[in-house]
Amino acid sequence: MSSTDAAAVDVEGLSVRYGPIVALDDVSLTLRRGTVCGLIGMNGSGKSTLFKAMMGLQRADSGRVTIGGLDPAAARRRGIVGYVPQAEAVDWSFPVSVRDVVMTGRYGRMGPMRRARDTDRAAVADALARVELTELADRQIGQLSGGQRKRAFVARGIAQGAEILLLDEPFAGVDKRSEATMSGLLTDLAAGGATVLIATHDLHALPSLADEAVLLLRRVLLHGPVEEVLAPHNLARAFGVDPLDHGSRT
Amino acid sequence: MNPLDLLTEPLSYGFMIRALVTTAVAAAVCALLSCWLVLIGWSLMGDAVSHAVLPGVVLAYVLGLPFAIGAVVFGFLAVGLIGAIRDTSRVKEDAAIGIVFTTLFALGLVLISVTPSQTDLNHIVFGNVLGVSVVDVVQVVGLGAVVVAVLLHKRRDLVLYAFDPGHAHAIGLSPRRLGALLLGLLALTAVVALQVVGVILVVAMLILPGATAHLLTDRFSRMLVVAPILSVVCATVGLYLSYWIDAAPGGLVVVSQGAVFSAVYLFGPRHGLLGRLRNARTDRAAGPGSDITDARRARR
Repeated sequence: MSSTDAAAVDVEGLSVRYGPIVALDDVSLTLRRGTVCGLIGMNGSGKSTLFKAMMGLQRADSGRVTIGGLDPAAARRRGIVGYVPQAEAVDWSFPVSVRDVVMTGRYGRMGPMRRARDTDRAAVADALARVELTELADRQIGQLSGGQRKRAFVARGIAQGAEILLLDEPFAGVDKRSEATMSGLLTDLAAGGATVLIATHDLHALPSLADEAVLLLRRVLLHGPVEEVLAPHNLARAFGVDPLDHGSRT
Repeated sequence: MNPLDLLTEPLSYGFMIRALVTTAVAAAVCALLSCWLVLIGWSLMGDAVSHAVLPGVVLAYVLGLPFAIGAVVFGFLAVGLIGAIRDTSRVKEDAAIGIVFTTLFALGLVLISVTPSQTDLNHIVFGNVLGVSVVDVVQVVGLGAVVVAVLLHKRRDLVLYAFDPGHAHAIGLSPRRLGALLLGLLALTAVVALQVVGVILVVAMLILPGATAHLLTDRFSRMLVVAPILSVVCATVGLYLSYWIDAAPGGLVVVSQGAVFSAVYLFGPRHGLLGRLRNARTDRAAGPGSDITDARRARR
């Protein structure tokens, strides 16, 4: 088991290049347990690359990532990291039900045929109840609204028992009421000890939700309390266009 | 003539019974695999691999090895070459696929033309289901059983791979290994099906049943039942038609699968074109925000 005082996420001097393009440059970042952190940056700022590195999907050119005191491969085997993909990355016509999707959160704990036992079914039912999707559990996944779809994937992370939840643009295409439901849900999860990292360029939901935020533009420009990071002069550093800086993208 | 004779007369010939068994087994195996292929978006890859196995099969014949070995080797070779060209040049993936599979297929044709053989190797290209031997039947059934067993054993992992490989990776599975497994099964299935329809038309049996089933149901587990049933029925109808109208059996198998797809595409109860157009019209007539509209949207 990872020791309780180890940071939930510890990134040290992480650099990732795609050929000549620098996606991440010497990124260091420590997240404590039970925090909700916003990861703010425009498209191409390296948010997705940082997520991939935390999931062990992206090889680092230098530096390292530690998840709950473990290297990403060991963390993966324990199912510590849960992931909520952005809407465009999912095939919503795929013939799976909401319950099927949440059940895949349990696969790491099942035998090779992934046959659900009673404990798995109970965990899935609990997760669906927490995100208030119990009544819609047998719908095909694409028949949910934007906000419900996001909650289904959060439920997958809950069923998985993920200690760290990575969310990619969870508020895109989500109405105000669903956004509030989602915010309440994520805050509750963090209160229960989970660490929540939300990549977004949609900032208005963050102040009521996040404890802290990170401004990313291939490097960490600023990591601090959310009010400070969202101050206009700081945001200008992440979103302002530097005329000398073009051609870089993730 | 007694209508029953339409069904029973062909069965008085041993070659028709062997053809029916081979066709039904190949149709069922292809249909199962096609459920994954159409959802992952591997139709073009199925086309590529099924063509690219040709030189492997011919070489296996020359060397006296089982066809399956040659097919799997060349199936992976094709996928490796496609990836290499895509990643190390400015050529895009669809062009890389087109280059690799046509070149390998052409190489297979050249090898056939220079290989002296007892049997006509051109049967590999066009299929020769009416001429399969008992040994062929045994091979098709054996390979088919292996593919089906592996697919069903790994079915949930493969569905997850198709739906969200990122999550599969995050919980410690290996998307790369699952993809390679599926490719191996694809190459084996190509060997099973080329006996019936030949290398050129294998891809039809690898796409049509899954695509048709996807239009009929929102449950993957039902696709796994619907696709093989449709596929086997179409294949049997195609074979009987070929007996009675004396036309190419492989072609008729695929034409009947295509006909069923067209019917489902147009008239399918859930996702058929006509049904959707009619729903859209009543939605407009009922106006936005009406109960009918909302209820229907919720159901869809």
